[in-house]
Amino acid sequence: MKITISDLVKTYPGQARRATDDVSLEIADGEFLVLVGPSGCGKTTLLRMVAGLETPDSGTIHIGDRDVTGVAARHRGISMVFQSYAIFPHMKVRDNIGFGLAMRKVDPAEIRRRVDQAAELLQLTEVLDRHPAQLSGGQRQRVAVARAVVVDSGVLLMDEPLSNLDALLRLQFRAELKKIVREIGTTTLYVTHDQAEAMSLGDRVAVMRDGRIAQLGPPLEVYDAPSDQFVGGFLGSPPMNFVPGPALGHASDVLIGVRAEKVAVGTERADDARPATVEVVEPTGASMLLTVLIDGHRLKVSAPPTFTATPEQQIWLRFDPTSLRFYDPETGLALLR
Amino acid sequence: MRRHRFGLQLACVAITLFFGVPLYLIALAAFSSRESLDRFPLPLLPTDLSAETITTFLGSTGVVGGYLNSLMVGLSTVVLALVIGVPAGYALARHAFRGRDPYQLFLLLTRALPIVVLSVPLARIFLQTGLYDTTYAVTLLHTALALPTTVLITSAVFVGVPREHEEAAQVFGASPARAFARVVLPQALPGIAAVAMFTFVLSWNEVLGATILTLNQRTLPAHVLTTLSDSPLAYRFAGGLALILPAIVFVAVMRRYLLNMWGTTLR
Repeated sequence: MKITISDLVKTYPGQARRATDDVSLEIADGEFLVLVGPSGCGKTTLLRMVAGLETPDSGTIHIGDRDVTGVAARHRGISMVFQSYAIFPHMKVRDNIGFGLAMRKVDPAEIRRRVDQAAELLQLTEVLDRHPAQLSGGQRQRVAVARAVVVDSGVLLMDEPLSNLDALLRLQFRAELKKIVREIGTTTLYVTHDQAEAMSLGDRVAVMRDGRIAQLGPPLEVYDAPSDQFVGGFLGSPPMNFVPGPALGHASDVLIGVRAEKVAVGTERADDARPATVEVVEPTGASMLLTVLIDGHRLKVSAPPTFTATPEQQIWLRFDPTSLRFYDPETGLALLR
Repeated sequence: MRRHRFGLQLACVAITLFFGVPLYLIALAAFSSRESLDRFPLPLLPTDLSAETITTFLGSTGVVGGYLNSLMVGLSTVVLALVIGVPAGYALARHAFRGRDPYQLFLLLTRALPIVVLSVPLARIFLQTGLYDTTYAVTLLHTALALPTTVLITSAVFVGVPREHEEAAQVFGASPARAFARVVLPQALPGIAAVAMFTFVLSWNEVLGATILTLNQRTLPAHVLTTLSDSPLAYRFAGGLALILPAIVFVAVMRRYLLNMWGTTLR
């Protein structure tokens, strides 16, 4: 189901700032769209308005061709995975997963069949007759996802579903989640504050800031060509470097953005390279992350893992002109290239 | 570690004895013959059992009636206090509304008034409305006394049930009423059971108001208070036991809802 969000404005009572400030967004049928941004940027508010758990002050939400702006959550034909999982502790796993079907008065034999199927998909078959208290955190997470996919709704909403898992589990389940969502093909709106999660999961990524969408596009496009300084600084690890133009031999009225891995690092002097002083050397295993000073400006660059450098050493950096992005130093917005 | 556990067990035993020994002594005295009570030293083991005292006590005027009245009042108070208090507690827990904090304070204020101060004007009103000297009058008073705690405790209980659970229920197709009945209420049940116990015991033990508001339809404590002070010692023990037992039975029944609800021990 297509989701169309038009001009959504929401201000929470007692707050001066708008939680979402005139947001418009269209999510295509079957698309996986990730809302990402720092806490307080309005991404969860936006998701909750689509779910019907918050009422917008103005603007409309359409699911398919139906205007659902004033429709109660239970009549929107959506399913959702909550950040805290919101598994019901007094029900067995089986009844938790089948809750949505039971509420829709599906025939019990059919519920059983579909719950078994969903449990198999999420490897929960063994624990179907247990209570949630007897499950691990990862299993509870799976129950929450199973409960959401079993109803086979047109829209799947996920509110930071992986944020309560430990790092290793999060990485494992992330790939699994992507596979499951692709298999069921549901239109998915996914909220996260984790930029790596956003990059890896989304067909498109919407980076939000202060209640507005700062940039919307495929992950690599957003990563490669951030529309403003904020997006470049938020997406990617390490974040994009920003240095004033003169430091790299450009005009003084531009700010240059460059990704750490787009800088070629060498120890030999070269005509097209610029000297820099190594400040910190951090081996990450896959690469050598260097913090360097160039003309008094701090930069993070990544060198091959075999690269050896010591602090205070002088190295030479070569910048590929096609990988440089130019920004207005006043507004932080991208300049036309 | 072992010493710590030993200390804990010792404390458990001490506390149990603190509450258990008086219960035992009262029960013993109630089931002893009147002569053995005067014996010295007092036998601490049930060597001289007799049902004479207790049967005489139960047979005396007003005791059985008082018993029934007390049960009536206690159970009605629990039902009434829950019917009014649970929705109020839920509203306090879930909704931000103007005057919520003053309201909570005001609730507690009703308990600041001495029962006598409440009862005398109430007696006047009940006399006018024809409710005086009925179990309804006492039930109403006890409900009013119990409501502040019922409301505040249930609101705390509902705060303990995550809002996301309710939202999840609604997203998956439950109406607000259904979400409450299927998801919130089952999780709040242990807390509500505790409130029910508390309310019942409060009503069962309340003497002053019940004495002022009734003449013939006395609850057991009111009856015992007014008659037993003129009775022999043995009957006082019998009366004491009669007062204690139902409360213990009620707590024992409700305890089931407190513990081991979903295969895990709660709170």
